[in-house]
Amino acid sequence: MITVENLTKRYGPHPAVDDVSFHCEPGTVTGFLGPNGAGKSTTMRMICGLTAPTAGRATVAGRPYRELPNPGREVGVLLDASAQHAGRTGREALTLSAYTMGLDRREVAAKLDLVGLNAVAAKRRVRAYSLGMRQRLGLAQALLGDPRVLILDEPANGLDPEGIFWMRGLLRDFADRGGTVLLSSHLLREVEAVADRLVVIGGGRIVAQGDKSELLSGGGTLVRARDGAALRRALDAAGLSAADGSDGVVVQADAETVGQAAADAGIALTELRPAGSGGLEQLFLTLTAGESTKEAVR
Amino acid sequence: MTTTTAPAAGAVAPRQHAPAHRPSLLRLTVVELRKLVDTRAGRWLLITIGLVAAAIVTLQLIYAKDAEQTFVNFFTPSLLPVGVLLPVLGILSITSEWSQRTALTTYALVPRRDRVVIAKLNAVMLTALASVLASLVVAAAGTLVASATGGAGTWRIDALLLLHAVVLQVTSVLMGAAFGLLLLNPPLAIVGYLLLPTLWGVLGEMVRPLRGPAGWLDTSRTMEPLFASDVLTGEQWGRIAVSLLVWMVLPLAAGLIRTLRREVS
Repeated sequence: MITVENLTKRYGPHPAVDDVSFHCEPGTVTGFLGPNGAGKSTTMRMICGLTAPTAGRATVAGRPYRELPNPGREVGVLLDASAQHAGRTGREALTLSAYTMGLDRREVAAKLDLVGLNAVAAKRRVRAYSLGMRQRLGLAQALLGDPRVLILDEPANGLDPEGIFWMRGLLRDFADRGGTVLLSSHLLREVEAVADRLVVIGGGRIVAQGDKSELLSGGGTLVRARDGAALRRALDAAGLSAADGSDGVVVQADAETVGQAAADAGIALTELRPAGSGGLEQLFLTLTAGESTKEAVR
Repeated sequence: MTTTTAPAAGAVAPRQHAPAHRPSLLRLTVVELRKLVDTRAGRWLLITIGLVAAAIVTLQLIYAKDAEQTFVNFFTPSLLPVGVLLPVLGILSITSEWSQRTALTTYALVPRRDRVVIAKLNAVMLTALASVLASLVVAAAGTLVASATGGAGTWRIDALLLLHAVVLQVTSVLMGAAFGLLLLNPPLAIVGYLLLPTLWGVLGEMVRPLRGPAGWLDTSRTMEPLFASDVLTGEQWGRIAVSLLVWMVLPLAAGLIRTLRREVS
């Protein structure tokens, strides 16, 4: 279980994370979504005691991370797959962690096997690993101590479609057996496929959170017109908030309001439908529209 | 850990296990010792230290006068080059966590960063002790060869010299570690460590008003008596203590604070 209460991190006057609160229950996968620089990684580092928060607190399994006696046995953490010593072999990196946690050495081979790194790969130095292999190694490291909580930052990065599918199954299975997963991503499709709950962050603030199904049903209305610019002007004039989606404009209003606004301006629509069917991407774009997407400056 | 009934292949289940104990300092020290040798760079640094000691003895065998080919004369000169390389080991042990970004894993597994730092200091101090042992072994080999080839081959060594050697090597590795802790960047720490005391030494020679303080602050001068087996005076120990306070204790303390506070990313 993970509880985050009013976490805030400022770098100078710039708030990278601003009053973020959410929690993750056992048996669920929580998708932590946001554009680059939204504050996902900073939040995760604060949960794991690697960055000191300016304000607020976070607990894992009921205690602040730094007070866990042997955190690797409670929480599996993968924050950056490339944060491995390039000169160590994959097996050696895991052996060091296993010994630190006081685990049986056989766990190393078992977890390497689990993530699909074979004996040849395990003996190679991490320098020679592809990003996908590093992700698998990082996942093996996170799973090494048989934790009950997983905190993974962009674990799908660099994995091929088959690898993403495999990981999705692994995380689903982990949660179904009572585990807690917090998974960040900007790969929206990936999170939509595996998460039960969503926490969406933009510009350091939480812009939406709740059950995936709940959030997706309130996705607004998707509208298209031959004259896109005129449509935007009409929507603006009607005071409706609109954002460009991948195949049209997503408006936070029902279809009737949007249609009326277009009719008043004399615009012929080519499409008008609930954006919910378009999925999470529309929601994501809508919610983060206007939010700063620039990289957090530190 | 409890055993689970054979899970399906590829399944990961969160297991309930006995409350986990925090890793002991001994365990962490063993991990840090292992990190010193499990990369090619670390292994070669240790091999180089051994080779340098052996090379010094070989040169002595070839060029030193027969009468001077004694155990002590093989042992003492090997201390200096080894003492230059040991701090590099101390620096790399601390800074590679940041340059290779393994700090992310290390401090996620052991959030008490002070314990990791203490384990690292333990590991490099043990390595310094091992280096004295290595110097003794190659000196012994040199002495054996010398007695076979007409050298003096005298074995006598003063216990005090051994103590001096241990102090010398342990403090130099700690000075390196202190610079590493303070600067947290390998090239910066190595250059800083090698350059600053030298610069200070040169200044101490050139600038007359600095000559007095240099006698207390320049480690190459304060530590010099340690290369012999004469009993050091209280003032000589005092000079060593003052120079170590400046070059070892202060950077260690400041570096520890910096490491504890630094954001790991």
